[in-house]
Amino acid sequence: MSGRMKRMDIWSFITAVIFVGYIVFLIVPLFMILIKSFFDGTTGEFSLAYFHKFFSKAYYMNAVWNSVKVTVCVTLLSIIVAGPLAYIMSTIRIKGSGTIRILILISSMSAPFIGAYAWILLLGRSGVITKFVYQVLGVRMPDIYGFAGILLVLTLQLSPLIFMYVSGALKNVDHSLMEAAESMNCTGIRRMWKVLVPLITPTLLAGGLLVFMRAFADFGTPMLIGEGYRTVPVLIFNEFISEVGGDDGFAAAISVIVILFTTVIFLLQKYIANRKSYSMSALNPIEPKRKKGLSNIAAHAYVYLFTAIAMMPQVYVAYTSFQKTSGKIFVKGYSLDSYRAAFSKVGDAIYNTFFLAGLTILIIIFTAILIAYATVKRKSAAANLLDTFTMLPYIVPGSILGIALLVTFNKQPIILSGTAAILIAAFVIRRLPYTIRSSAAVLHQVNDSIEEAAISLGASTMKTFFRITVPMMLSGVIAGAILSWISIITELSTSIILYTGKTRTMTVAVYTEVVRGNYGVAAALSTLLTVITVISLLLFFKLSGKKEVTM
Amino acid sequence: MSVAISFRNIVKKYGDTTVIPELSLNIREGEFFTLLGPSGCGKTTLLRMIAGFNSIEGGTLEFNDRVMNQVAPGKRNIGMVFQNYAIFPHLNVTQNVEFGLENRKIGKPDRIQRVKEILKVVQIEPYKDRMPKNLSGGQQQRVALARAIVIRPDVLLMDEPLSNLDAQLRVDMRNAIKEIQREVGITTVYVTHDQEEAMAVSDRIAVMKSGVIQHIGTPREIYQRPANLFVATFIGRTNIMDAVISTSEDGRAELHIGEYSQPMPGLKMDEWRGSQDVKLSVRPEEFVLSDDAHGLAGKIVSSVFLGLNTHLIVELESGQHVEIIEQSAASGVMEPGETVRLKVNPHKINVYDAAGEINLTRGASI
Repeated sequence: MSGRMKRMDIWSFITAVIFVGYIVFLIVPLFMILIKSFFDGTTGEFSLAYFHKFFSKAYYMNAVWNSVKVTVCVTLLSIIVAGPLAYIMSTIRIKGSGTIRILILISSMSAPFIGAYAWILLLGRSGVITKFVYQVLGVRMPDIYGFAGILLVLTLQLSPLIFMYVSGALKNVDHSLMEAAESMNCTGIRRMWKVLVPLITPTLLAGGLLVFMRAFADFGTPMLIGEGYRTVPVLIFNEFISEVGGDDGFAAAISVIVILFTTVIFLLQKYIANRKSYSMSALNPIEPKRKKGLSNIAAHAYVYLFTAIAMMPQVYVAYTSFQKTSGKIFVKGYSLDSYRAAFSKVGDAIYNTFFLAGLTILIIIFTAILIAYATVKRKSAAANLLDTFTMLPYIVPGSILGIALLVTFNKQPIILSGTAAILIAAFVIRRLPYTIRSSAAVLHQVNDSIEEAAISLGASTMKTFFRITVPMMLSGVIAGAILSWISIITELSTSIILYTGKTRTMTVAVYTEVVRGNYGVAAALSTLLTVITVISLLLFFKLSGKKEVTM
Repeated sequence: MSVAISFRNIVKKYGDTTVIPELSLNIREGEFFTLLGPSGCGKTTLLRMIAGFNSIEGGTLEFNDRVMNQVAPGKRNIGMVFQNYAIFPHLNVTQNVEFGLENRKIGKPDRIQRVKEILKVVQIEPYKDRMPKNLSGGQQQRVALARAIVIRPDVLLMDEPLSNLDAQLRVDMRNAIKEIQREVGITTVYVTHDQEEAMAVSDRIAVMKSGVIQHIGTPREIYQRPANLFVATFIGRTNIMDAVISTSEDGRAELHIGEYSQPMPGLKMDEWRGSQDVKLSVRPEEFVLSDDAHGLAGKIVSSVFLGLNTHLIVELESGQHVEIIEQSAASGVMEPGETVRLKVNPHKINVYDAAGEINLTRGASI
């Protein structure tokens, strides 16, 4: 019986306040982008000139084509690489699989552009592997720059997402389904194709969408390893912050086109996934079994090889961070100079990262608890709309949100450009969904009658909330908050648009140091980031008692 | 202090659909009252109205003579036991039980004393410091009960409290609940769809269907003289048969089932003459195997020996299958295929009008 009394209580007020927050920091900025794209920057008249410019020049269309090519290839490749990986790990006992899962997770949690710069160090023109191969075999390695490099970096970076999604889905498949298929003489590849794949298709689509969106929005990777291979985020960045005077209006027009595109992809995915979703819960989940012989060796080889390649960038970066440097060049011998330089040169960036991310997380925890509660337990039209708002950052790439905030808050009535506040606002909007999602997941498990019990025992609405509901949600909130935290400290595409000298973060510092060629300092900072990420992840595992992460 | 509860022309609507049309009901002070019915009959809705979690779209709800329609749930002084217990998982047993007392601003010493007492009553004192996840289903049930009654509520509400327990524990717990209720003497409203459970614990039962009360009575009345065919079939097992009642000029009634007739005293049709179509409700134990050649002819289809009793399925000449319970005979097993003659116990069976809505048997409430 769901007939809950309609009460105009404190929750209507809270929903309204959060609502206003979203309007101010998300809806209005997106609307400003829309307006800017349709009105001429100098004359202020309505015009389609920006769109015309975009669609008429091959230069721009080329970037779109590049982006689509990269994104589609990365998504497909991630599924092809990580799907079997998840299947192997779920069905075959792999030695050290616990550690491997954590390593795979760590490899996916770092900023993608760090991977890009590490691969340049490894496979670039004067990369270690390139040189080694040339000296030993006398063969020149194929060029890493451009399309191939982006593909390599993003696939390695994003396939762990597919791995996690598919592993999660396989966990929910009941082993008796497999046995049922076998008893009807459907085995091996045929069984996988006929039974398993259809069951995990919705998850595959959801994971695929996430990979697609991330690959599409990634800015740092094509910027570093692309070498002239222009993708849309690069284009937007260049148009907006070009040193010869950026063009807000044109960047806005591209943003509008991008958002339209991502929206279509998002809706398409939703449409397909909804038609194919099954609710499953496995009483008797598939257990990894010990295998013998060739298939066992092949399985181990595949898993170890993937993990090694995925971890290679971070390990190598960490290694170089301890190398001696002379000026910008690594020389023989080891030292902590790079760390000393990092702390003295960009110590403020480390401080900024902790300060900004810390403050953001506090706001996120507070807001996520309220939003999760309002949307799960107080279903109303306003709460539903709020739910939709929180999903919007999914389809708005980080750099576009940055631009939108900047064009909105660089003039009266609210001037925030250059402040920490604008970065925090962007971080909150973008990373809130993780915490909301995991908080809501816990809340869904909490039966309404728990609250009714508290109320019928005489507790007030607020007392019930703080004494009963919040403590029960806490595990989910903290788990989500840690994920939000990791994704904030490793985020680049928004901060690169919004930062100023005073609010430079670690990822921005790494990026600028890499661009300047200060590889030692960049390596030290990246390693610090990795260490923080690993510690946060271990904390996450400890607190949530889980062995994996669902994004 | 216990209260009497009255529903006066209560209406419940979800949007445009009326779930409960104009229902009136009086629950007496201190009694164990059960709302019984199939799922979706409105029993939980009524219970949640008493608790204050469901709005009331028409009529009044009164505790003694106080109208409660607009009183907030926390102000009704109600103890509620939920189907899933709703134990706060992050508080231990004592903290759970103490929760309602804290909200009533009861001083610490008094609180400790009352918690201790109630834990003794429900027999979970040894577990007072445990977290809920370390308790069995039955123990959680006792915590929920303790938490509900420690506040000395005017009314105790229980929403299918035993449905999550296994069969043996369910029987133990329902006895415990009944005993504790008798001990504390609180007006108790109990919701269940399990008729055996309802019979075991209740002083009175209201059988509901589609938001309408079909029959209110003691367990015995409801079983022996069900108000209509729905109640007859919902409570216990029964065979429904078509029959004709003919009443002669001197007022003697005779029952005709097919070719077979027998006298049928005890009907409320004294001034009525002639014959009329009726429905019979004959419980399996109300059939009697005939010793002579007289009776309703049938053939045994199946026979299941269950120790004390033997269950028979008999196919009548009309083709209808009826269920019969016979005390197992010392010797001679009745085999399928054997022909038998059946009579019905005229004092026990119930006779309804052709629509099955009115019980024509004397002793039945209207």
